[in-house]
Amino acid sequence: MTENLTRRSGPSSAQPLTDEDYRITAHNRRFSALYSRNAKAVIARGLRATKSSNWLIMVSGFFEPVLYLISMGVGLGALVGDVVGPGGEPISYAAYIAPALLAVSAMNGAVYDSTWNVFFKMNFAKLYQGMLYTSLGPLDVAIGEIFLALLRGAMYATGFTAVMGMMGLITTPWALLMVPASVLIAFGFASFGMGITSYMKTFQQMDWINFVMLPMFLFSATFYPLSVYPQGIQWFIQALPLWHGVELLRQISVGTFTSATAIHILYYLVMILIGMVLTTSRLRKLFLK
Amino acid sequence: MPNSLTRDYVISARNLTKHYGDFAAVDDISFDVPAGESFGLLGPNGAGKSTTMRMIGGVSQRTSGSLSIMGLDPEQHGPQVRAHLGVVPQQDNLDEELRVRDNLIVYGRYFGLPLSYLKPKADELLEFAQLTEKAKSKVDSLSGGMKRRLTIARSLINEPKILLLDEPTTGLDPQARHILWDRLFRLKESGVTLILTTHYMDEAEQLCDRLVVVDKGKIMAEGSPSQLIREHSTREVLELRFGSERNTTVAAELQGIGDRLEPLPDRVLIYTHDGEAALEQVASRGLHPITSLVRRSSLEDVFLRLTGRSLVD
Repeated sequence: MTENLTRRSGPSSAQPLTDEDYRITAHNRRFSALYSRNAKAVIARGLRATKSSNWLIMVSGFFEPVLYLISMGVGLGALVGDVVGPGGEPISYAAYIAPALLAVSAMNGAVYDSTWNVFFKMNFAKLYQGMLYTSLGPLDVAIGEIFLALLRGAMYATGFTAVMGMMGLITTPWALLMVPASVLIAFGFASFGMGITSYMKTFQQMDWINFVMLPMFLFSATFYPLSVYPQGIQWFIQALPLWHGVELLRQISVGTFTSATAIHILYYLVMILIGMVLTTSRLRKLFLK
Repeated sequence: MPNSLTRDYVISARNLTKHYGDFAAVDDISFDVPAGESFGLLGPNGAGKSTTMRMIGGVSQRTSGSLSIMGLDPEQHGPQVRAHLGVVPQQDNLDEELRVRDNLIVYGRYFGLPLSYLKPKADELLEFAQLTEKAKSKVDSLSGGMKRRLTIARSLINEPKILLLDEPTTGLDPQARHILWDRLFRLKESGVTLILTTHYMDEAEQLCDRLVVVDKGKIMAEGSPSQLIREHSTREVLELRFGSERNTTVAAELQGIGDRLEPLPDRVLIYTHDGEAALEQVASRGLHPITSLVRRSSLEDVFLRLTGRSLVD
């Protein structure tokens, strides 16, 4: 990629450029217009920026599901008592909603990073504008940003799982698998979110994203089982991605695996695939106007 | 590859067009830039200069026409073309979340350059931009001029062969402008091709070997600054001010003096070979301007002639 960048000692003491310096030959790799195999530079930039300025915002993201768990799980849970767990055994209300809250937090983090954050860096901070005037292609930027979102999601999931452990809500080592499963959920939402952001032009349109997310959070069997709904609504909820994430983590948290587990995982694998195809096809619209 | 046609030019644009909806930001322009030339796009805001720059960088897709940068199409080989490009955008887009020196190093990493090269290079560029003491400062603590210099230093991190400068000195004080011009001269001496947009005629006259005057997405004229002045204006210009109310009414009484008359809201311009002689004729008609000035023609006059409007609205 940089084979022709002959190093000179500097602008002041440079050897004058010759015709030879101006000659380059084309690569014809697949995606060479969009990708320079350098997403790691975008990732390194993100880590450095986090270290120097916005680590406080990062920490605050960790507390959100923890606060929900304490207020709803412990507070409301005192009134509710035990409920029926995924395997039919009784579990505390806190243990019932904790994996759901983890799924919600994976969704929220990934959606925020791939929509609002991308929208802001694109249109206001002009960060991508600078990046895209280098050897980086839009696919490098997209891969780098999604990776950063997933890394952050993995850190939150690890922290939340540790809190669950400290609150005595973990009874099986299987529960540790909630961390990679959270990353899978985050990947599903992040890969889609960036593609959707490419259609957004204004802040008002961005607000529609919240309009979709909030009901999904409240009604995806997060706080009570799906069986309270009539059949038609159940089907509708089951078509939405968050329900699959909630059920997947809930099953993992108690180590109960059924054929439904495979369906939940498959749902996310398909979602990631479609999301990545969508995002890649929209990269020019998103980044190259 | 279109190499055979465009070998002698590092940039070759043919019928380049960019539409936003119905609006033609760039309307069928063609130009060639040989290696090492300093080439300018002169025009008012909204003329399509920045859009042209963005298409050269491969970050904006053209609607039609062809474009070749060092023999490659920037839309097909964006990353590879941009490896040899340095870009100074119209608005500074420094990374506010990183410190001054890190801005250079991280930007260099985007080109895939190794740290062993970038660390000494960053220090050298900070020296070049006179920002060595600010290496560890936050970007938002820098003055406008410092940010501009840092943006320019950043554009040099990959030792570009083509440097795109979009309004490089807008918002800089006169001293900072002259420092910057000096730096650009040195780059030009080292063989770097400069592509510059500006709406300052003095900047275009100082820096450009050759330029195109653009307006409303079209090229109005092309040539060296002196050539353009010779072809589209007279040697001297007499500027007269009669007060804002009277300028246009007096214009009628000035008919016949000089080669051409240009009444503007704030002054009347008389294009002539001999400004002093024209001024005497004005006085002999019994007209007494509040102020009068004889000066040499500039690119501003060329632009006025070609478009009927001044450069800075």
